[in-house]
Amino acid sequence: MLDLDTWQEIVDTIRANKLRSFLTGFSVAWGIFMLIVLLGSGVGLGHGVEYQFRDDAVNSIWVFPGQTSVPYKGLQPGRRVQLTNEDHDDVASGVEGVEHISSRYFIRGSVQVRYRNETSTFNVRAVHPDHLYLEKTIVVDGRFLNPLDVRDLRKVAVIGTRVRDALFKAEPPVGKLIEVNGVAFQVVGVFSDEGGERELERIYVPISTAQRAFGGANRIGQIMMTTGDATLDRTTAMADEIHQRLANRHTFSVDDPRALEVENNNEQFARINGIIRGIRIFVWIVGLGTLLAGIVGVSNIMLIAVRERTREIGVRKALGATPRSIVLLILQESILITSIAGYAGLVLGVGVLELAARKLPEGSYFRNPEVDLGVALQAMALLIVAGLAAGFVPARRAAAVRPVEALRSE
Amino acid sequence: MLSLEKIDKSYVTGRNRLHVLKSVDLEIEAGEMVSVMGASGSGKSTLMNILGLLDNYDSGSYRLDGQLMKDLSETRAAVLRRQLIGFVFQSFNLIPFKTAAENVALPLYYQGLGRRRRQAAALEYLERVGLRAWEAHRPSEMSGGQQQRVAIARALVARPKLLLADEPTGALDSETSHEIMRLLQQVNSEGVTVLVVTHERDVAAMTRRVIRLKDGRVEDAHARLPDA
Repeated sequence: MLDLDTWQEIVDTIRANKLRSFLTGFSVAWGIFMLIVLLGSGVGLGHGVEYQFRDDAVNSIWVFPGQTSVPYKGLQPGRRVQLTNEDHDDVASGVEGVEHISSRYFIRGSVQVRYRNETSTFNVRAVHPDHLYLEKTIVVDGRFLNPLDVRDLRKVAVIGTRVRDALFKAEPPVGKLIEVNGVAFQVVGVFSDEGGERELERIYVPISTAQRAFGGANRIGQIMMTTGDATLDRTTAMADEIHQRLANRHTFSVDDPRALEVENNNEQFARINGIIRGIRIFVWIVGLGTLLAGIVGVSNIMLIAVRERTREIGVRKALGATPRSIVLLILQESILITSIAGYAGLVLGVGVLELAARKLPEGSYFRNPEVDLGVALQAMALLIVAGLAAGFVPARRAAAVRPVEALRSE
Repeated sequence: MLSLEKIDKSYVTGRNRLHVLKSVDLEIEAGEMVSVMGASGSGKSTLMNILGLLDNYDSGSYRLDGQLMKDLSETRAAVLRRQLIGFVFQSFNLIPFKTAAENVALPLYYQGLGRRRRQAAALEYLERVGLRAWEAHRPSEMSGGQQQRVAIARALVARPKLLLADEPTGALDSETSHEIMRLLQQVNSEGVTVLVVTHERDVAAMTRRVIRLKDGRVEDAHARLPDA
């Protein structure tokens, strides 16, 4: 059926109708191209947002203390809310659904870190062992902090890879002593982090040790926890409960907007995910619209093409062409044009996406646009089938009429 | 070769019914060269279309080469046409985007012949109509007479038993018409039954028998041409 002769016939007729063939091909190529670019952009947008969230656990609740701004139970506004270890323990043991929890204690002033003759300023974070999960810290050497470190106030530290590079050069750091504001800590591990270079310039020490060594008493600066796979509604309830507990403990109104900030990242992530989903749906609708326009274009041109060729069809029939061979001739031509054009649109669309991926600045909200090849091929198949259907009806009609009628048409 | 018995044919357009052929009886022997004459609307083109299986008829019977041609499917008609009949049209009906050789080779394509044999046969028949040198030219690059000769080559290439020519000289000047008719005479002398539909006396005069149609009836199946 698809021998060389048939191809020759098809190529001949395509060549004889260059403009028409080009227009058919163009509407197909354009439809596929737009679909690919749109879908790819949708995916790129999603990737961009995911990238922005890559650093920290997204199923987390962060608690920041502030200052009261409304009078409550006879107390004046303007009081500082100071969280303590007891608050941490209360949330950790009292709120149901907390998976990992850590507090942070902030050391005042700049922190000098020295190893032998190398001194530099780094960011020191005093945390609980669970902090590992909250920041998605990756231990590359040694270990992270553990509960015993906190209980026994051990002077141990886990350093970022850039800290290691700066202080130790090629020397293995685990087991070595560093001085943090004059206090000696033993390095027990090295970590990496996907959050960028700043994250790698940090040093983690046990929160209890830091409170004792740097005059923190029982004060903490921030509580953070993950919520496991709790539902969004559940995490909202958890955030409310935490707020209520701390309000009771520190005697401020839960309606005071400044006293305490309980940030539920679950909600933020869900909101942004919702936006992305909306954009993707929109993109799909626009893409399908473009595809539909392509289908209409192909159908239209096939209708005209068959009409234009009625006389030729009559001649071919007079020379002994069967209706079947006429229908096949037209359909194969349609398939050939739409496949080649569809493929061209596909390649072009993917090319544009690749270019966009390369040229766009790092860290923007658009990243790694890509398109599901299955979807692209389905779209192409749809267009080809549409071209077939559009060609089939008039082709069959033209093939079925008595040649005398076909020959009479001008 | 072919025989018609009480052939009726009418066209229905809207409410009107146009009775084009009325009980036509006709007998044409193998090897004859016959012309069908008649005024416009006498039904001669319709007759020719029915003979060529390009159109169907309402009642009666038509036998071609001993087989009854009735209620044929389009596919069956196509097969019979490609085996038995060659066509020459007034407006040549060459396919405009194909060269002379490709046009001539087309019937053989539908017969399923290989490429090489098609090409060889096409050149042979172009040679016979004196257009071997024009094989690579498209119809638009040729004169009317040349196009009609290509069309005749195309009609003959599949070695039909019957050649039907509908006003083959209608679009040509008298000198070219004469050439075309001589070519058809030559074809006939090789054993092909030739039937020419025409309204030109000169053309009819070059056939051996004239059938006169009038208002859808055979007025005279063996008419003599009045001297010019």
